[in-house]
Amino acid sequence: MNVPILQMRGITKTFPGVKALQDVTLDVNRGEVHAICGENGAGKSTLMKVLSGVYAHNTFEGDILFENEPCDFSSISDSEKRGIVIIHQELALSPYLSIAENIYLGNEQARNGWVDWRKTNLEAAKLLARVGLSENPVTPIQHISVGKQQLVEIAKALSKEVKLLILDEPTAALNDEDSDHLLDLILHLKGQGVTSIIISHKLNEIRKVADAVTIIRDGKSIETLRLDQGQITQERIIRGMVGRDLESLYPDRTPSIGEEVLRIEDWTVQHPQDHTRTVVHNASLNVRKGEVVGLAGLMGAGRTELAMSIFGRTYGRAVSGKVFKYGKEINTATVSDAIRHGIAYATEDRKHYGLNLIEDIKRNISMAALHKLAKRGWVDKNEETTVANRYRKSMNIKAPSVAAITGKLSGGNQQKVVLSKWMFSDPDVLILDEPTRGIDVGAKFEIYTIIAELAAEGKAVIVISSELPELLGICDRIYTLSAGHVTGEVPIAEASQETLMHFMTQEKE
Amino acid sequence: MSALRESLGFLTSRLRQVGIFVALILIVLLFQVLTDGILLQPQNVTNLVVQNSYILILAIGMVMVIIAGHIDLSVGSIAGFIGAVSGVMIVHWGWAWWIAIPACLLVGALVGAWQGYWIAYVGIPAFIVTLAGMLIFRGLTLITLKNQQITPFPAELRALGGGFLPDISGGNSVLEWLTVILGVGGTAAILFQAIKERRIRRRFNLENEPMAWFAIKTGFIALLMLAITFLLASYRGTPIVLIVLAVLVIVYSALMNNSIFGRHTYAIGGNLHAAELSGIKTKAVTFRLFVNMGVLAALAGLVFTARLNSAQPAGGTGFELDSIAAAFIGGAAVQGGIGTVAGAMVGGLIMGVLNNGMSILGLGTDYQQLIKGLVLLLAVGFDIFNKNRSSGGGSGIGKRFKLKTTPPAGTETKEPAADRPVAVPAGSQQAVRNP
Repeated sequence: MNVPILQMRGITKTFPGVKALQDVTLDVNRGEVHAICGENGAGKSTLMKVLSGVYAHNTFEGDILFENEPCDFSSISDSEKRGIVIIHQELALSPYLSIAENIYLGNEQARNGWVDWRKTNLEAAKLLARVGLSENPVTPIQHISVGKQQLVEIAKALSKEVKLLILDEPTAALNDEDSDHLLDLILHLKGQGVTSIIISHKLNEIRKVADAVTIIRDGKSIETLRLDQGQITQERIIRGMVGRDLESLYPDRTPSIGEEVLRIEDWTVQHPQDHTRTVVHNASLNVRKGEVVGLAGLMGAGRTELAMSIFGRTYGRAVSGKVFKYGKEINTATVSDAIRHGIAYATEDRKHYGLNLIEDIKRNISMAALHKLAKRGWVDKNEETTVANRYRKSMNIKAPSVAAITGKLSGGNQQKVVLSKWMFSDPDVLILDEPTRGIDVGAKFEIYTIIAELAAEGKAVIVISSELPELLGICDRIYTLSAGHVTGEVPIAEASQETLMHFMTQEKE
Repeated sequence: MSALRESLGFLTSRLRQVGIFVALILIVLLFQVLTDGILLQPQNVTNLVVQNSYILILAIGMVMVIIAGHIDLSVGSIAGFIGAVSGVMIVHWGWAWWIAIPACLLVGALVGAWQGYWIAYVGIPAFIVTLAGMLIFRGLTLITLKNQQITPFPAELRALGGGFLPDISGGNSVLEWLTVILGVGGTAAILFQAIKERRIRRRFNLENEPMAWFAIKTGFIALLMLAITFLLASYRGTPIVLIVLAVLVIVYSALMNNSIFGRHTYAIGGNLHAAELSGIKTKAVTFRLFVNMGVLAALAGLVFTARLNSAQPAGGTGFELDSIAAAFIGGAAVQGGIGTVAGAMVGGLIMGVLNNGMSILGLGTDYQQLIKGLVLLLAVGFDIFNKNRSSGGGSGIGKRFKLKTTPPAGTETKEPAADRPVAVPAGSQQAVRNP
């Protein structure tokens, strides 16, 4: 029964300055559903990109054997020829083309260079029947839901005579009903002899479909658990995912916590496009003066969505709920309202949402509070430079001068510019979304120190992070989110990676 | 030796700015030779200023719109429409010029508000809204004029297009003294301002411009201004429209550099999302930019009508392309966020000298358009080439900066690690807390 279809041996993939994968081993048997688990950034997606040829065979070390033959893929089309098809988290569909056209995109059913529409639509209809989708093949993709689009992706994979189907977080963007349907389909295809690799955070899904689970942590394969040996249990998977040594250091601080500054009640947010999905469900939380509160959650838990919807409704639609500051209800419907009420949000994606990369440091720092430097609409540039120099010194921003262009700074220094910008707006509440993402260890310590100092000054700080040790190292209290619900509130004294991960993977209905 | 290398390094980092100046000088010299010295004759220099004034006025508003990441294709039609409106007000209804001019500017503001509403608040791309505006306002021009030109205009309005400041020496002097006073005074003011700003930059340690380059640049600009002063003064003096233009350039440069409004414009063009998340009211800023563009287009229409002494159905045709070209030749970026009013003026002058020089040479509009098109393409192509070199790596320029896309291994870790102990701000004991 256990015939290997795929063997990956000693896979090591290095990016400039980072070892993304280190000596990873993966064995997948024919006809099984094999789950890959790991924290955000553990290297799961990188491993799948290595397998599917997104990274050419000469850019990594190690061997891949597929059906006992070595693989030297230089591109996705090479791996597809062998029957390995990857479906990415962001679907690769063209919204205005029909279902059938999308299925045969790049693989057109043609005769002498002319598309055979009859054949295209007939064959597409057969494939749709196989994935259990009752839609007309000529319907444009944009007219069907994301869940159905996911099925079209699978139909597209089937059209390429897939032997090994790789799904990268296939249910992350789906509602519960669509997720169930998709998981059933994976099991159905397994019956037809299609082997699947599924990357997922959702442990209940894994328990439902997986025959084996390989755990990746910090770019290394930790272990493979097998269902037939009774190894797939939630506790076992969680232990594998978080059980790493703590290497980072955190500044010492004695919290002095005062009155409540901000409270959110019954906060509910819908997805901006997909109206059937509620991204945040009745979330309630609060943060006090001098306190650092963590928001923990896996990908798709709704942390950023919660924060951005509070900060001027910059995410989502049909936002409902109440925000209180010092016990009084406030309105944060626009960003300037939120800033006026002393709320600041430093984004997780500083390149796209945080900085004007073609401008210099001083103009980025002053951007959110230019009025503080101006009289009757005219900016005092000398004062602006003085302010920027002050932050350059206190935040230790490494740049030749405050006239340096922010796009040319390192990630850590860019983050310090973002933090300076918000500190200059003088908020009472700072929401920091993944404040140390893409930053090296040394700069991380500096950011932690800044956070500690902000709390010591009496600011209320909310930190969103995917790194549990980081939250445990700097927070006084941690909320966990899972699928848009606040599933737990843990004081730091009772918090551990295991308890947090337990709440983070908990389903609430 | 090291000073020389420093200067060269600075020049390559400012290749674009230096390049556009050099290009302007070369083009002027080229046509000066080709036209046997006609180009720089006093009368022709005066012509050059007056002929290009309305394009330069439009280019001010256009570069602002482009900095915000938009475009305006309708300015030519709006200029034509306002010309027609002014004809009806002044010639048909007999309004005085001092009522008609503010009224026309108000109509321009309303036109801009109309377009700004669709762009900023409805969210239709500026390209589409202003393409529609190009048709709408050309149509309204024809309707207003009933397809016939309106003429003649009273002398007070004509002065806006072709008038000169009064000759205080009574016409007896070789040089027109008021012009000399204004020119020398203006040059002194520019020198004073440049030195003052350099002082401030040095005080804040922001100066990276070598002294030699500063001296050459400022000296060159001063000489250029004095030369133009001399040429104008030896013909009929200062055109009124030049005063209008000078005031606009000073005010709008200050607005873009020093006002909250100007800084928000750059922020929107540089990164719209970051601007929104910083609390900038991006829609209101965009709306105001188009209102402003409408007012400037109205002013350009008035100047043009005054110069021709007639409001014409085809008035303003093609102005949008010349002003857009001026902004891009002057260094504005297609993606937005980059550009200056001064740059757009130099770009407009390059276009103007090309137009004027080729007309003197008797080249037809066929060749004129061909050459102007190539110049625009080369200027922006040079920009892109330059940008690729400085971010793509490999070349000397690329190496001078840390690469944006793929930082070389270790740059991120090395730098902060080198002085990590210092990195801990005062007050925090560097104890370890192990959860």
